Amino acid sequence: MSPDKLIYMANQIARFFHSQPEQEAAAGVAEHINKFWEPRMRTQLFEMTDADNEGFDPLVISALSEIRRPEVQQ
Amino acid sequence: MSNVRQKDYGTPASRAEATVTLTVDGREITVPAGTSVMRASAEAGVGIPKLCATDMVDAFGSCRLCLVEIDGRRGTSASCTTPVEAGMVVHTQTDRLKKLRKGVMELYISDHPLDCLTCAANGDCELQDMAGAVGLRDVRYGYKGENHVFARDNSGETNPRFMPKDESNPYFTYDPSKCIVCSRCVRACEEVQGTFALTIENRGFASRVSPSMHETFLSSECVSCGACVQACPTATLQEKSVIEIGTPEHAVVTTCAYCGVGCSFQAEMRGEEVVRMVPWKDGKANRGHSCVKGRFAWGYATHKDRILNPMIREKTSDPWREVSWEEALAYTAKEFRRIQHQYGRTAVGGITSSRCTNEETYLVQKLVRAGFRNNNVDTCARVCHSPTGYGLGKAFGTSAGTQDFDSVEHTDVVIVIGANPTDGHPVFASRLKKRLRQGAKLVVIDPRRTDLVKSPHIKAAHHLALKPGTNVAVLTALAHAIVDEAIFDESFIRERCDWSEFEDWASFVSEERHSPEATESYTGVPAGELRAAARLFATGGNGAIYYGLGVTEHSQGSTAVMALANLAMATGNIGRPGVGVNPLRGQNNVQGSCDMGSFPHELPGYRHISGGETREIFEKLWGVELDNEPGLRIPNMLDAAVDGTFRGIYIQGEDILQSDPDTKHVAAGLDAMECVVVHDLFLNETANYAHVFLPGSTFLEKDGTFTNAERRINRVRKVMTPKNGYADWEVTLKLAQALGLDWNYSHPSEIMAEIAATTPSFGKVTYEYLDKMGSVQWPCNEAHPEGSPIMHVDGFVRGKGKFIRTEYVATDEKTGPRFPLLLTTGRILSQYNVGAQTRRTANVAWHEEDLLEIHPHDAEQRGIVEGDLVRLASRSGETSLRAKITDRVSPGVVYTTFHHPDTQANVVTTDYTDWATNCPEYKVTAVQVSPANGPTGWQRDYDEQARQSRRIEAVEPAE
Repeated sequence: MSPDKLIYMANQIARFFHSQPEQEAAAGVAEHINKFWEPRMRTQLFEMTDADNEGFDPLVISALSEIRRPEVQQ
Repeated sequence: MSNVRQKDYGTPASRAEATVTLTVDGREITVPAGTSVMRASAEAGVGIPKLCATDMVDAFGSCRLCLVEIDGRRGTSASCTTPVEAGMVVHTQTDRLKKLRKGVMELYISDHPLDCLTCAANGDCELQDMAGAVGLRDVRYGYKGENHVFARDNSGETNPRFMPKDESNPYFTYDPSKCIVCSRCVRACEEVQGTFALTIENRGFASRVSPSMHETFLSSECVSCGACVQACPTATLQEKSVIEIGTPEHAVVTTCAYCGVGCSFQAEMRGEEVVRMVPWKDGKANRGHSCVKGRFAWGYATHKDRILNPMIREKTSDPWREVSWEEALAYTAKEFRRIQHQYGRTAVGGITSSRCTNEETYLVQKLVRAGFRNNNVDTCARVCHSPTGYGLGKAFGTSAGTQDFDSVEHTDVVIVIGANPTDGHPVFASRLKKRLRQGAKLVVIDPRRTDLVKSPHIKAAHHLALKPGTNVAVLTALAHAIVDEAIFDESFIRERCDWSEFEDWASFVSEERHSPEATESYTGVPAGELRAAARLFATGGNGAIYYGLGVTEHSQGSTAVMALANLAMATGNIGRPGVGVNPLRGQNNVQGSCDMGSFPHELPGYRHISGGETREIFEKLWGVELDNEPGLRIPNMLDAAVDGTFRGIYIQGEDILQSDPDTKHVAAGLDAMECVVVHDLFLNETANYAHVFLPGSTFLEKDGTFTNAERRINRVRKVMTPKNGYADWEVTLKLAQALGLDWNYSHPSEIMAEIAATTPSFGKVTYEYLDKMGSVQWPCNEAHPEGSPIMHVDGFVRGKGKFIRTEYVATDEKTGPRFPLLLTTGRILSQYNVGAQTRRTANVAWHEEDLLEIHPHDAEQRGIVEGDLVRLASRSGETSLRAKITDRVSPGVVYTTFHHPDTQANVVTTDYTDWATNCPEYKVTAVQVSPANGPTGWQRDYDEQARQSRRIEAVEPAE
């Protein structure tokens, strides 16, 4: 998917969790992405954030440590 | 009498718990208090002659045929209007009654044609039955007097009383010469349907049934629900199919395959030919009512456009080549295996159909998970109610509506938001309107002035005509008002929810920026009106919320669903009849397809794929290891296809090219795939990009179950042999076998057994049990052996109900100078979804093209007049269609339907989606409207491409 679209989707999730109680926000983003993003999407997320955090909502970045890194696709 | 006629007890059943014992013709009978003497007798097997009475509507007492004698009472009483009393002694057949009845029948027949043998109702006519029942042998008055029967009298003069047959409705005729003016049709239109299209014009002998103001049925307000035809005791209102074919000889109870109401019908058959579909009185969703689609629009099942032979082609630019089933399935299996070998295990997937049965849906997801060994399976709910799944799952712990449809009979205040039930869910709408006429109050939250806002005998207490895209702001403002005025239900919240979560939420909604006064400027809803609506809902008694895709199909769809759950919990409106949060599901089995594990992240029964225990249940049974990662959702599949990592798809009964947003993006995704398999009734729009076409079967051609919006599992029963050779479950089965899977099912009941064995909420469901119970609502298991009409009765599925903060985030789809109007989309009564079925029926009489509704002010500014062809353009694309000028939409808002492929409203919609579920934002698109000269370039190209891609190679004649 286009990098812009991926950033948009991640930030959209972050935007919802910004309004949730602070202690739940980052975990909420991570849980959501773990539950609903197919490994290809998470792989792309990490490829992008490993290079550069630009464009991502800070809440996405703080959730990264709790997002599962997909195993390499066979 | 036709042997398929449903028993008619003459008057509706009484709901009273107290019983009364009386004697009828020497038999002692015990019935609920309030039952009529007619019904009590009928229940005891005593058929009192009747004409104007039917249990569809309240007693009327006009035909004077149902007279009885009651000991101790003077005269003769009409048994339909006389309630039973304890110790009453009734005689239904005495010399006096015999004489009276015969006299009444004599008068009726003196003004009725005697063409019984060639009459369409021959053998199914109550007038004929009654003439027989009373022993009518002669009509002393003759037939030459004043009458409505003959166009001319004996001297050739025209008979001013005669009215010719009205054949304007495509499905039934109105022959006034056969009318006995019993008013059953008029009362059915009022009481059952609630449209008030019919009346009795004139008086005395001049009385006639009149659609609207003496108009034809088609030009009147009639919505062709069929209730009047069902109610008619003669051939006055008669299905054209019966006129053409004759009376049915057997009947099978089955479930409608249109919307999520899931009406039960009796398919009345002659051999394998459907004569008519008549709503089944014992159907618990519809209670004997129907709409124009289920009742009449089933002709698509035998339409000539149906593709009956499998077809393949290597390139989508090639014409189709008809092949055997074996060749088509072997080709498909080989292609999928090649793609997986070449591009990886996750390069293929499937889409289950919300129009197919639970069993068929279950098989498709099983094929993907166990056969393709990934979780790339999704369903059309992605584009409609996936936010319901997410939102209600978070708040309550399970993803389903909380009530049965009967619940509306106990409701005092109804909020209808983002739904237009009189068009989208007509039978539910009729039940709702009935309750509203009894005095329940209504709040409509919708950008359009839908029919519910104001129609005969219905008026919403409040219509909050919000700007498209501001649902969350309005719902949070309603919550603000409820908390602000302290009209929340504290004891319910303390008992059923987490109080500290409530406090957190209450402090959030109480912030000034969420107040009705602060949000008014961008929602367009006057603060006073909004506060009044909040007060009504919180304090008006049982409050129920019904909602549709106007809630879910937004970038904040899931947030809005949570906001609805918050409102219901805050006001204590959960867990009993008359309340609840009720999603109105679009397609017949969209609930079922979700239940059956069609989503890429969960197995049947809404259990996340990452759960080892759940996976193990299926792994043991299926003998394979399952992928523990969520798969791709439909929009993700299309993105991955464009990226080149997703190359093959099996689509059962779903037309993503027409129904999914941003058509160009969908087309690009499909075009990038190497094997697109479309399994459908017709060469739909998606099939333009397909390499394999597998012919599908209709709901009339298979056994199975559908689950409606109230979680009700209804049986679908086969009434004819599949014209394409196989029911859809058999096709998936054969495809699985071609892929080398060891699957053996000989009947859908075996698939249901597997569902029940693996899915706790279906634990007790078997075909035998459904036959016995009629239908059940899940959960149906040891804990709930009779199913669950109402959910969360003693506690929420997740334990405590969860209040969730719902911050309004304006959509990024914004109006501006180039695109100053907001487009929202919806549906219309006579058409269904992408129209593949209804466009192939006479329903086109009501809606032959999609129209753009535009406010007179916006139209005038643009120089647009009624009927003009206009160009509708957004950032995504443009199309052209005709304008309909109406103040049903507010200035700044335009509206259209998406039933016709040549309009392709989804060329215009964007690819913005719900943040949580990727459900597309169909309901908000910034557009511009301007006069047009003709179809847009895109429409012309599309038309040409569609024409090219539908070519089927002529088969060489054998030597």
